[in-house]
Amino acid sequence: MLANPEILSRIQFAFVISFHILFPAFTIGLASWLAMCEGLYRFTQRDVFRRLYQFWVKIFAVSFGMGVVSGIVMSFQFGTNWSVFAEATAPVLGPLFSYEVLTAFFLEATFLGIMLFGWEKVGPKLHFAATATVAIGTMLSAFWILSANSWMQTPTGFELRDGIFYPIDWWKIVFNPSFPYRLVHMVLAAYLTTAFVILGVGAWYRLKGMANEDSRVMLVMGVAFVSIVAPLQIVAGDFHGLNTLEHQPAKIAALEAHWDTEKGAALALFAWPDSTAETNHFEIAVPHLGSLILTHAWNGTLVGLKDFPVNERPPVAPIFFSFRIMVGIGILMLIAGMIGLWLAWRRRLFDTPWYHRYLVAMIPSGFIAVLAGWITTEMGRQPYTVYGLMRTSESVSPVAAPSVLATLITFVIVYGIVFGAGLYYILRIIRSGPGQAPEPAAPATYATPARPLSYPDEPTGEQR
Amino acid sequence: MSLLEILPLLWFGVIGLGVFMYVLLDGFVLGIGILSGVAHGEHERDVMMNSVAPIWDGNETWLVLGGTALLAAFPPAYTVLLPALYLPLSLMLIALIFRGVAFEFRFKAERKLGWNLAFNLGSIVAAFCQGVTLGAIVQGINADGAQYVGGAFDWLSGFTLLTGLALVAGYALLGATWVVMKTSGMLQQRAFGWSRVLLSAVIVFMALVSLYVPFLDGDYAQRWFGFPHMLLMAPFPIATVAVSYFLYRSVARRHEYWPFLLSLGMFAVGYGGLAASFWPHIIPPNLTIWNAASPPETQIFLGVGLAILLPFILFYTGWSYWVFRGKVTRDMGYH
Repeated sequence: MLANPEILSRIQFAFVISFHILFPAFTIGLASWLAMCEGLYRFTQRDVFRRLYQFWVKIFAVSFGMGVVSGIVMSFQFGTNWSVFAEATAPVLGPLFSYEVLTAFFLEATFLGIMLFGWEKVGPKLHFAATATVAIGTMLSAFWILSANSWMQTPTGFELRDGIFYPIDWWKIVFNPSFPYRLVHMVLAAYLTTAFVILGVGAWYRLKGMANEDSRVMLVMGVAFVSIVAPLQIVAGDFHGLNTLEHQPAKIAALEAHWDTEKGAALALFAWPDSTAETNHFEIAVPHLGSLILTHAWNGTLVGLKDFPVNERPPVAPIFFSFRIMVGIGILMLIAGMIGLWLAWRRRLFDTPWYHRYLVAMIPSGFIAVLAGWITTEMGRQPYTVYGLMRTSESVSPVAAPSVLATLITFVIVYGIVFGAGLYYILRIIRSGPGQAPEPAAPATYATPARPLSYPDEPTGEQR
Repeated sequence: MSLLEILPLLWFGVIGLGVFMYVLLDGFVLGIGILSGVAHGEHERDVMMNSVAPIWDGNETWLVLGGTALLAAFPPAYTVLLPALYLPLSLMLIALIFRGVAFEFRFKAERKLGWNLAFNLGSIVAAFCQGVTLGAIVQGINADGAQYVGGAFDWLSGFTLLTGLALVAGYALLGATWVVMKTSGMLQQRAFGWSRVLLSAVIVFMALVSLYVPFLDGDYAQRWFGFPHMLLMAPFPIATVAVSYFLYRSVARRHEYWPFLLSLGMFAVGYGGLAASFWPHIIPPNLTIWNAASPPETQIFLGVGLAILLPFILFYTGWSYWVFRGKVTRDMGYH
């Protein structure tokens, strides 16, 4: 394994992209939340919204910074480790990545500067516009990168000549069959991830008796959002699943650990899939439910893995479990939203410690679900990089294994340090809570000792 | 000329511009990182970092544009260059990670030493690796079609180590003249001193690189010293001497804006000279802008969007520089 550049490059890619996706998954939602807080502040002039903005923008700055630096690594991975894949797909994918830079990255990076440092340099309207622009930028970024990923899953609009993908129809390339579903599913996932962080932090302040007004706003807005979006996400996920069944039936068969083609197929709640014996051990299944979910018919036919040649099957056990983790978390999110609605109706949303503890425990849920979902869809399209057309084993760069091993180890160590430090600083910001400082007076003088307007800039610990 | 001939020319211009923007804009930010090692105390480091805090992220984005546009417009150049320079480019990415997070983390940390080092070393290593990459392109990378053929250390040579050091000095000069422009008082006086020393270093490095290039493989010697090519290339050394002279004079006369602008000019001349040396190659010796061009459908699709979006990007980038114009004061940036 250590001498195989393909395996090492796959591990490296999985590692750097898993690390990277945590930050967009959080900042896409957070940017919108910040735009909403600032908009509400400008509109209502209620100080709680300014405090919330200035509290969450500190966390946003740290997360966004880590997203940027880990994202730059991604733009080089295609060339350094997957140059044969890059050569074949560049005419199609190159413009999609470039459009992401042109429409999203410049917008986000430039207006983030205004957002973080321009509160007093530009007027209130312009500052709000900058915040909203960053939020739009995160969406545009999601649009292009999910389009590129979806094209690799469901390639259309091209012509294959001498192993190179030539673009024929850009509309079909950008809006390829799985793209709308994946885009909606991922954006909702990002919003839910952020919502559960905000809810969890608000709930933690309730438990600690801190930030009274701020925590109430976080809980009310969080519960309202989650109780609508969590059910929507389950519907979106169902549509995405049906789309996958149409275009990548082997992936569905594998994530359901479904070996034999049959009518009225069962749904395995738990099993231990065994790829060698082509069967499941310790299976607990609900009859007909598999067909009901995937074909919306009691006796619908589901194609089993045995209908696919062994060298065209994805690994079964990992995605069987990752899929169940994702769905399980989705259900826990739904329950959290429903309980929240019920408590709000009984006027006990702010005074129910067990519910607040549940919300605190749910803080990492979105991140885990996003990772589990991506593991399902990415391992599920193996053994291909371009589905059905280009194999992963044919995509790798002519780079020596020791080089890849060296960079893999380095990335693990460096990301460990950077992620550890970032998490530590974010937790410190959360512990210190939203500031109670009033709006700063207009003219900023040199003598101002410490600005009340605190961005991720001041030591957040005991020193203050 | 047909469309098939014009498109790669236009794209060569676009990528050249993107890389040049990156070199200039992240160049002075990296330069500040390089110089942060010799700054006196945390206050000077605060001022230096705050002078670029609102804009560094946008500056770094030009690197991503350079990478993705190269992939789109000249795929073989991308797929040959990156594996050939696997180790230095990976090291550069790691260095850029430390440099980037240092902005956010340093101002939050109670003990700043670790993030000071991350900022300083990250900038030095990133600059050095970029210089090595530049040198490796000039000395040539062997390719079979669109794939690299060679070992993990083929890039390593006396020449690439020299270009690595040269770029560290060049970026530091950009950083020093930026500090002159954006600060006042003691720090500015010290920055004038740095500028003078670094200008001498850059002139020495440019001379050494220029003397080395004709001895590399390829037709560099013919191009620079053969007739009539020599006449076409002559403006570059002449301009270099002129810009160096004016830069030296503006530093000596304590001008505030001219040193930075002339440092940018110095980079422009050097960059132009290099591009002219290996034109029409994009990666010598095998890849030219003609045989490395992606299909016209790709170049047109992206080109149309670029023509519309790039003016906007330049406009709002310019606007953000305008918002944060003038000397750095306490109320700007992190504090």
